[in-house]
Amino acid sequence: MAKQIILAAHFPGVNNTTVWTDPASGSQIDFASFAHLARTAERGLFDMFFLAEGLRLREQRGRIHDLDVVGRPDALTVLTALAGVTTHLGLAGTVNTTFNEPYDLARKVATLDHLSDGRAGWNVVTSSDAFTGENFRRGGFLEYSQRYERAAEFVRAARTLWDSWPPDAVVAAKDEGAFTRTADAGEFGHHGPHFDIAGHFTVPRSPQGYPVIIQAGDSDEGRDFSAATADVVFTRHSTPRAGQAFYRDIKSRLAKFGRSPEELKVLPAATFVLGDTEADALERTAHVRRQQVSPQTAISLLEQVWNRDLSGYDPDGPLPAEDPDPAADSIIKGRTRQHDDRLATARAWRAIAEEKRLSIRELIIEVTGRQSFVGTPEQVADQIDRFVQADAADGFILVPHLVPAGLDEFVATVVPLLQERGVFRTAYTASTLRGNLGLGPARTRDGVPA
Amino acid sequence: MAQAPLHLAAALDGAGWHPAAWRDPGARPRELLTAGYWTDLVLEAERGLLDFVTIEDALGPGDPVGRTDRVRGRLDAVLVASRVAPLTRHIGLVPTATTTHTEPFHVATALATLDHISAGRAGWRARISGRREEAAHFGRREFPEPDGLGHIEELFGEATDVVEVVRRLWDSWEDDAVIRHVASGRFVDRDKLHYVDFAGRWFSVKGPLITPRPPQGQLLVTALAHAALPYRFAAGGADLVYVTPRDGEQARSIVAEVREAEAAVRREEPLKIFADLLVFLDASDEEAADRKARLDDLDGAGLSSDAAIFTGTPEGLADLILDWRTTGLDGYRLRPGTLPHDLEAISRAVVPVLQERGAFRREYEAGTLRGLLGLARPVNRHALERR
Repeated sequence: MAKQIILAAHFPGVNNTTVWTDPASGSQIDFASFAHLARTAERGLFDMFFLAEGLRLREQRGRIHDLDVVGRPDALTVLTALAGVTTHLGLAGTVNTTFNEPYDLARKVATLDHLSDGRAGWNVVTSSDAFTGENFRRGGFLEYSQRYERAAEFVRAARTLWDSWPPDAVVAAKDEGAFTRTADAGEFGHHGPHFDIAGHFTVPRSPQGYPVIIQAGDSDEGRDFSAATADVVFTRHSTPRAGQAFYRDIKSRLAKFGRSPEELKVLPAATFVLGDTEADALERTAHVRRQQVSPQTAISLLEQVWNRDLSGYDPDGPLPAEDPDPAADSIIKGRTRQHDDRLATARAWRAIAEEKRLSIRELIIEVTGRQSFVGTPEQVADQIDRFVQADAADGFILVPHLVPAGLDEFVATVVPLLQERGVFRTAYTASTLRGNLGLGPARTRDGVPA
Repeated sequence: MAQAPLHLAAALDGAGWHPAAWRDPGARPRELLTAGYWTDLVLEAERGLLDFVTIEDALGPGDPVGRTDRVRGRLDAVLVASRVAPLTRHIGLVPTATTTHTEPFHVATALATLDHISAGRAGWRARISGRREEAAHFGRREFPEPDGLGHIEELFGEATDVVEVVRRLWDSWEDDAVIRHVASGRFVDRDKLHYVDFAGRWFSVKGPLITPRPPQGQLLVTALAHAALPYRFAAGGADLVYVTPRDGEQARSIVAEVREAEAAVRREEPLKIFADLLVFLDASDEEAADRKARLDDLDGAGLSSDAAIFTGTPEGLADLILDWRTTGLDGYRLRPGTLPHDLEAISRAVVPVLQERGAFRREYEAGTLRGLLGLARPVNRHALERR
């Protein structure tokens, strides 16, 4: 049997890829928008719905960035509400380990798992900087290496909490008067450099045992962390060649943690534009890209690389003659695309602009584009299928450019084609997210089924 | 003069407020952590046209651990409210969230989100966590041996700061901050986003919130209070306070104390004052008393509570409600002794009696929780400054 494709849907948060100028664009905050996208994903038999988190509004040139979609709800709160309007769809959210505490967060994620009957997923991330820390009690900054250490210990502590209730701890026998089998249900202790905690956890074992753990991170440490602890890994590798290399690497790391390749699923983020013909799809893509990169956004994205105030430049004119200023304080604060080597990026961009005779805006459209799949439904189904069958991924997390209707067309046209090929389910086969992803039951740290 | 409308809330907690409630014949103890259980309860309260339900929570087991005959296990209350929100239409949802070990920024975001999800029906019961064992669940700070007032005063001081910063965060987006201005490329008007720049003794928060201003502008903030210090906390930051009089006479003196606390903090709009009552309801006084006695026997001790305990008929409870009300109470938060039994008695028997006496609504008259309680939608403080 051909490899089965995993599909997830992302409700885009803060970004410049949501085309909010489109007349069909709806509210970014009303629950109806979230419900629409989630129900569409469930109609399309997607494995899960995914939400990122926000911890601070970004700033550029010392002021709140006002060009992007901004303003979003708390991920776990929305996901729990979505559990009430869906029945099979997995519900996963990003929650950072830097500005949360294991007891509180383990409780919330386990609560989501209970209230969704086993559909919870947690994308474990570390937070970036002191800028974000200004909204939180701990404030300040964690060294890069410490952030991973804290994250790893956080997950270990969360597992200790989830394990504190044996699966059969609650008996609720009215006649005998035994609510719990033993008096020590929920008792836990975790003692480490980042967390030294003990007491009683209040949430009995949740339906999945552990929620599905998701991770993203491309560094060597990040890959090991994923191989050791994650059920799903999000990647940025959206070309077949890069995807295959990452896939081989991450799956080969599993053995040293006693895991098999099926126990970790690889999902790149992907965008798509569909058309009636290939030419139509390309034309639509060009239109979408121009809406995503307004004249002001073009300058703003260029500033992020140049690290200078470029507000005087004409977006329809040529690149600035001056070079980036890598020494200055970063012009953008908050989570954003990382530019490790600004001078090298600028050099490469100049070459592209000269070769293709591009204005600033045209260049930004060219170099920041990542429309992964463009074409007719047949072409897109084919591209997705080939990518997965070639072991460049196990599936995709789709990022629509329209909220809330951005998946409607995909579900109506591409999903049936994938089903015809026998590479995508025609009905949900399991009741939990873990089951739908084909992960098998969670195992506790002692190796027994959770 | 027409009397102000009477308000009713139900306090939901596990299988009910009696420790042995889960052994009541009608109890559903195996379902306490399921969505269906909570949805059924809140829909029942909504059928009775109650103003709101509260959902209890704590960051640790409240009961002494070590026995196996008590309900153990509870879910995060904000998320329980969120799960129920899309399946209900009118009733207010007021989860408990502690101010002690949580991040004020996260609390503000989650509650604002609940208000967006419920289209303006969210509230908050702010509480402190004074227990040492809860502090040990976080390990971030040492709690002293229980020494009474000094430490509790500190926790209320911190809670005051938390409520203040949460309220500032809810106002950190003006109502019309999202502009979607195509010509200038701006999604949001940054002049309508505001830093809160809160710096206090326990924490500092920069802001603005990541979430746009909630539909109610400010959620309904509530607090349970039994003494002068929490009265003052409630008067300083809350919209509504739950109090625990033993009888009508005491209700009168508590209302006076609350009003004094309001004067001390120079509060403008008076707090809504709800009396908490723990109730066991049946067709006759004897049946209700017997049911409570049976549960007391099963638990091995008589029920004790901070609130007055009522056992009797729905008519009897309606009499008491209308009688105490003359002391200046705005409403009651009824704590069902057993669930769903006593909640059903409230919505199906007590409410009809009150309606017959012309004392309670016959349909929901407002779309938001603040609206149900007759509270205006607050103007954003930054918009107010500009006026």
